Amino acid sequence: MNVRLLIVIVMLLAVIGSSLGVVYTRHESRQLAVELGELENQRDDVIAEWSRLQLEQAWLADASSVESKARDQLGMGTPENPHILVVKP
Amino acid sequence: MSIERTKGAPVTRLYAFLLAFLLCSVALIARAVNLQVMETDFLQGQGEARFMRELEVPTRRGNILDRAGEPLAVSTPVDSVWVHPGELLQAPENIAPLARVLEADAEEIERRLNQRSGREFVWLRRRLHPDDAARIEALDLPGVYLQKEYRRFYPAGEVAAHIIGFTNIDDVGQEGLELTYNDWLQGKPGLKRVVRDRLGRTVEHSELLREAEHGHDLTLTIDRRLQYLAYRELKRTVLKHGARSGSVVLLDIASGEVLAMANQPAFNPNQPNMDNDGLRNRAVTDVFEPGSVMKPFAVAAALEIGMVTPDTPIDTTPGTINVSGHTISDHRNYGPIDVTRIITKSSNVGATKLALEMDAEQLWSVYDRFGFGEVTGIGFPGESAGVLRNHRRWRRVEQATLSYGYGLSVTALQLASAFAALSDEGRMRRPSLILGANNPAVSIMDPVVARQVAAMMETVTGPEGTGKNARITNYRVSGKTGTSRKASAAGYASRYIATFAGMAPSSDPRLVAIVTINDPSAGEYYGGLVAAPLFSTIMGGALRLMDIPPDDYLDSLVQIKTPEGVLPGDAAEGEAVDGGVQ
Repeated sequence: MNVRLLIVIVMLLAVIGSSLGVVYTRHESRQLAVELGELENQRDDVIAEWSRLQLEQAWLADASSVESKARDQLGMGTPENPHILVVKP
Repeated sequence: MSIERTKGAPVTRLYAFLLAFLLCSVALIARAVNLQVMETDFLQGQGEARFMRELEVPTRRGNILDRAGEPLAVSTPVDSVWVHPGELLQAPENIAPLARVLEADAEEIERRLNQRSGREFVWLRRRLHPDDAARIEALDLPGVYLQKEYRRFYPAGEVAAHIIGFTNIDDVGQEGLELTYNDWLQGKPGLKRVVRDRLGRTVEHSELLREAEHGHDLTLTIDRRLQYLAYRELKRTVLKHGARSGSVVLLDIASGEVLAMANQPAFNPNQPNMDNDGLRNRAVTDVFEPGSVMKPFAVAAALEIGMVTPDTPIDTTPGTINVSGHTISDHRNYGPIDVTRIITKSSNVGATKLALEMDAEQLWSVYDRFGFGEVTGIGFPGESAGVLRNHRRWRRVEQATLSYGYGLSVTALQLASAFAALSDEGRMRRPSLILGANNPAVSIMDPVVARQVAAMMETVTGPEGTGKNARITNYRVSGKTGTSRKASAAGYASRYIATFAGMAPSSDPRLVAIVTINDPSAGEYYGGLVAAPLFSTIMGGALRLMDIPPDDYLDSLVQIKTPEGVLPGDAAEGEAVDGGVQ
């Protein structure tokens, strides 16, 4: 009789314990989900920033603007023949 | 007795009440069982619908990059503004500040919203400038919302517009490679079911219904620097000669990769205009009669069957020849010349004599093997196959005119691919725009013959050739000029197409370029005067940018590299070193 009562009590405690555990992990998983959502948003923002930077770089490195800077501001040009040297190994 | 009667009546009522209560509780239990057991799915679904949401997992359209990884098309998120008409119209005074930011008419907006007051969602303006979006967010008006959407940007603008194409407002490819590779670039949006709390935050991912498949990047064989060079120089030439249109194709011979492909007129892919004449990628979609640039293939047909050698004399006197009542003439009377000089001088009479001496099938077979009359398979929407009629239906005069490029039509890309095969000892490859495509070479001609023809083409840029303007400092160049009259309803008009097809460096050809200028109207129209200088500029720049060593230079320019460093040659005493070989 006592043994059965003991078993029942132990089981009861186990049930209470595991249900508390369920509540706790549920809560934790929701917290983590919120965090995950925030991180995903952050990731999307970073990707967006990266694409904007790529575009900005492409615009800055645009061949026509580089060319006009090289020619007009720096006075550069394609070398003509006496200035071209062929280096042979 | 009366007591018994009074006793009996309450008992009956008691039972009646009991029965009534029993029935009630049975009804309640039955209903509970019904709800809990029978209709549980429906109710659970209804309950979940209050806090479960199915969300689309958005995907980003892949970028298009050039061969060095430089972006040619990039998607970036921008804000679009939408309104809930009912909410906004409760405070109509809020419309004015909104209209100011959008630079729109407030009354017009109000009218539009009144018409749609029954709806819950109306786009006000899509793809705002980021500054405007920030200002609208700062206004913080009720019923006005911002929604993130992707917008496609093309940093190279019109320079690469024909190849890349563009997308519509819903990010679906409409033209060019955006259209061909739409599925690859687009990806598939995923779907997830989530639990949201009262503030709308996602608190639990209950399940992923469909994994999001992000758009893939697409890396092209195009080199942005060469593309820009080709486009800029083509535009300059087309303007200078008052031409109606023009195309340039630059191909890497060893791989069949298209390094640059430019057309005029062009369009701005960032703001495409759908009924613009400049939308077509003419190098791939438009056909023309190529004219004399076909002569190398006709000569190859004669060499291949051993009918002639490069030195066989052909008499072109008196500079004209009559074929079935038609007169074919040369620029002037070249007299007795050898086969090589047919190419050097571009003799129609010489080419005709060769063509009429061989079977029609032989000429057709060579043209066919070099891909004329068939699509190249580059994978571009709207590619033309051109026209090459079967030899069984040729008349004799057609066999003659085909030898100098009339009676068939080709695209600039077909010419590029054919000349690439000719300069690679007769190995034909499918041209490609996508980096990493596997283009196995198919041998279509005896390498000896191909080398002979390539050597003949080098004389075109020589002292007596028609293509002297195609020369490039320090490099040997081979090529062929072409000037064809345009066919019109009333026969051949005095409108022309100037073409130059060439490859460099001749000692070991690496690049091939085709230049076609359609209808130059400012006086000059010969291929050697209009197209050859453009070829020289583009090819010269390409050789330099691709670091291809020169094969024709004065010995005085040579330096010898030793373990201690570089020794200047005799003529290059110190002064010129800073330039080096670029």
